[in-house]
Amino acid sequence: MVTNILNPGRNGVADWMIQRASAVILGLYTIFMVAYLMFNPDLDYAAWSGLFSHLWMKVFTLLALLSIAAHTWVGLWIVATDYIKPAAIRFGTLLFVILALFVFVVWGVQVIWGV
Amino acid sequence: MSTLQVSVYRYNPENDDAPWMQDFEIDTQGRDLMVLNVLQMIKEQDSSLVYRASCREGVCGSDGMNMNGKNGLSCVTPLSEVVKDNRLVLRPLPGLPVIRDLIIDMSLFYKQYERIQPYLQNDERPPAIERLQSPEDRDKLDGLYECILCACCSTSCPSFWWNPDKFVGPAGLLQAYRFLADSRDTHTQDRLSELDDPFSVFRCRGIMNCVNVCPKGLNPTRAIGKIREMLVRNTA
Repeated sequence: MVTNILNPGRNGVADWMIQRASAVILGLYTIFMVAYLMFNPDLDYAAWSGLFSHLWMKVFTLLALLSIAAHTWVGLWIVATDYIKPAAIRFGTLLFVILALFVFVVWGVQVIWGV
Repeated sequence: MSTLQVSVYRYNPENDDAPWMQDFEIDTQGRDLMVLNVLQMIKEQDSSLVYRASCREGVCGSDGMNMNGKNGLSCVTPLSEVVKDNRLVLRPLPGLPVIRDLIIDMSLFYKQYERIQPYLQNDERPPAIERLQSPEDRDKLDGLYECILCACCSTSCPSFWWNPDKFVGPAGLLQAYRFLADSRDTHTQDRLSELDDPFSVFRCRGIMNCVNVCPKGLNPTRAIGKIREMLVRNTA
């Protein structure tokens, strides 16, 4: 019914569920991180890189990174379609957002697996 | 203190380049009048002011307007409820085009209402007398069917302001759920498939402005939540 550049056949139910699921993952990651930092007040480089050397931590971090990207993409798409009415400017803004998110994810993967 | 300072939004596209506010002093004689009574007294001072009103008892939904910043029906809103510092500012409902003074063009509002197909659809063979409904099923329609389409809710909703052509709005969605919840309606699937895009239902951000202003005390946000639940169940 509603078509939009960058979003052919976009579905509101899927967007809504992505938003909720990614929020739960990010919530869990935040709780884990806060708890880890609280129980390790004397954190040094060895312990910190040791944490990220575990495969499960790499997977968990990548999952959180992808969740940020998905959550931001859905959220900013909604904000842009609310407030940016000229289609050309909206397209440009959303293109910038998706490219930035792509770069951050690829960069993030390199960082996580560089440990 | 019985003289009330009233400021009214005036705009006549035939004569005015831009909308302007006209001030009136109204002697209420200390009575707690309804806002509509004040408008009637203003019209005696200046007959060029126009506004919609009909039943003057909160049933027809014609006189929705913005009174001191809050949408409501002028006929059932007593001065004591809205007047602050002896001042009353009257504006048309926000977000829709103004035709003249307090009269707005409600075409988009009605278009969204029409889109949700606000009538019972049932393909089954009609019974000899009538389609029966259990008292429990009938109870599900309470809080939904009472809407009088005054547009106070939809015109207080930012999502409707930004996308009145795509977001159905609280009034339309309350009626959409009224037919989704009706045990006699068999078109539930068709209705849901018309609503699963990112705008029609999901542009609701749950800020509950609609609940805050509804003159009939209805809760469109709850109805929208139920529609969302049905949509998620339908796909997940």
